[in-house]
Amino acid sequence: MPSDPALNPMGPTALPTAGGVAVASGSEFDASKARKQSTLIIRRFFRHRLAVTALVVFLLICLFGFLGPLFWTIPVEDTSSRGYLPPSGAHPLGTIQTGKDMLAQLIVGTRLSVQIALVVAVGSTLVGVVLGALAGYLRGATDSVISRFTDLMLIIPQIAVAAILVRALSGSWYTVAFILAAFAWMQIARITRGETLSLAQREFIEAARASGAKTGWIIFRHLVPNMIGTITVNTTLAVATAVLSEAALSFIGLGVQPPDTSLGLIISENYSQITNRPWLFWGPFVIIVLLSLAVNFIGDGLRDAFDPRQTKVRA
Amino acid sequence: MIRYIIRRLLISIPILAIGSILAFFLVAAAGNPLAELKAKPGVTPQQIHDLEASLGLDQPIIVRYWKWLVGFLQGDWGQSIALGQAKVDIFSSVMRALWITARLVVGAELLAIVLGVAVGVLAAVKQYSIFDYLATSSAFLMFSMPIVCVAVILKTYGIRFNNLLQSMGMDRWLSTVSPAAGGFHGSFGEQLFQYTGTYLLPTLSLTLISFAAYSRFQRASMLETLNSDYVRTARAKGISQRRVIFRHAFRNALIPVSTLFSLNAAALFSGAIITETVFGWKGMGNLLVQSIRTFDPYMLMGWLMVTATLVILFNLVADIMYGILDPRIRLA
Repeated sequence: MPSDPALNPMGPTALPTAGGVAVASGSEFDASKARKQSTLIIRRFFRHRLAVTALVVFLLICLFGFLGPLFWTIPVEDTSSRGYLPPSGAHPLGTIQTGKDMLAQLIVGTRLSVQIALVVAVGSTLVGVVLGALAGYLRGATDSVISRFTDLMLIIPQIAVAAILVRALSGSWYTVAFILAAFAWMQIARITRGETLSLAQREFIEAARASGAKTGWIIFRHLVPNMIGTITVNTTLAVATAVLSEAALSFIGLGVQPPDTSLGLIISENYSQITNRPWLFWGPFVIIVLLSLAVNFIGDGLRDAFDPRQTKVRA
Repeated sequence: MIRYIIRRLLISIPILAIGSILAFFLVAAAGNPLAELKAKPGVTPQQIHDLEASLGLDQPIIVRYWKWLVGFLQGDWGQSIALGQAKVDIFSSVMRALWITARLVVGAELLAIVLGVAVGVLAAVKQYSIFDYLATSSAFLMFSMPIVCVAVILKTYGIRFNNLLQSMGMDRWLSTVSPAAGGFHGSFGEQLFQYTGTYLLPTLSLTLISFAAYSRFQRASMLETLNSDYVRTARAKGISQRRVIFRHAFRNALIPVSTLFSLNAAALFSGAIITETVFGWKGMGNLLVQSIRTFDPYMLMGWLMVTATLVILFNLVADIMYGILDPRIRLA
């Protein structure tokens, strides 16, 4: 409710005075402050009906992937059935060309796709935000070094290098995840740098600096909270992007390789059946779209919850 | 400004040089172009050795790099050494592929930017309206679609549409397998028919995906500026809504989007890989996949260097756009 004064704070822009004074001694005070703000954010998030629905969908997909094997006991490697069986009681989604059960494939593929996406998103966000904020805030030599390094990593297209590396190393899920993460942080770094460049010129940063705040403090207490909307949007985009990049890599045959599987690999193995056996295409398709949709909606809800400057909240 | 551009271009020379070293080692480490041959029965080590010597693969990597670099700078990018393939000239095949891809992606990207920015701004200005929900949900949906699936679905329905046209006694319109060889011919109307038929589906699948990213980003950053103090000040001064949105908010909201542009433009040339594969275009994507499959080192180097140069240029454009959009960022 906009009438609730707690929901309409001055936002992080009000923090600098408190932070500036409390740099040396106020850790207790700040800890309680942070807890209060996070409950506020969680409360606002749970008021966002779409985001909560998305969270439930995301958790259901995770449950499907991680707990599915407990309930669906046909082994994923079982090739005893005939290939391309239509859906039936024994195989609710039919079998694929090699006679493997489609549902069992989907369970494993979902789990590995989720794992890949989370590793990529968390890893790339952490690296990207720290490097981007350092470059944009310190400017000068640090900016040159970080930016040129980012440029260097960026000038070689991610998918291409990832594909070369997968061909060279292996197509297990964690190799693919680390390779994708290693080439995914640059986007977030550049966006963070751009935002920081603009934010660092603002008065509250100058005030914090004038009152003696250290670089790390300014970055994590003043810059990052003010960019949290952008960062959150980006992390969720990174989860979705990771799912989709994995699918792209697998489609050209340079992503996850058997015996591991993934939603992308399942799609690339079965897309040719879209006309004759549509369930083989639409099954993994629905999961992959639901997965990235859910993550994106969660991110949107988080963004609205995180951003206290959003006074446009409707009742 | 001109000094800034010149300096940036000069700085990018060592970046490209270091990048080329990294890329060369990466490509060399990725695999041996003769690996398949070695695994074949009946091939003696002597044959392998002779072949390695003739291809220069027996030399140390530094020497190979240096030879490649000298040739590259002189415009001699070498020949494809993939086995079982014609010994094609790398420069001409990379440029041919680039031209095919560029014709496809430039149009798709421009379309995506214009549509995406316009829809994003409108959705932010009318936040929580029906338009916002429609735009946001369709952008969300497109953003969550693997481009593989978009392309495959478009292709499937394209084929059905063609069948429908044929059953009605008309020509098949949409090209779904590969673009027609030999260009377009006939009257203007016929050429337009062929042109749209060739480009419609691949352009649509590329545009839909990029459009979603642009509109999402534009909406997020537009909301951020619309809620900022200076926009409130502008409103308080009594400036009209239109002027507040376009003169005060829009310009600043374009800053994050210009970053997305430079990143996206880079991804585009390689990112058309999937679309090209599905629709059978022989562009950059096809060239990359072929070269990785066969471990064709010099072809990969040529591919990587061309893409790398393009990315550097796009980054420079984005940085110049920052300076124009936000005068507080000084580019000297």
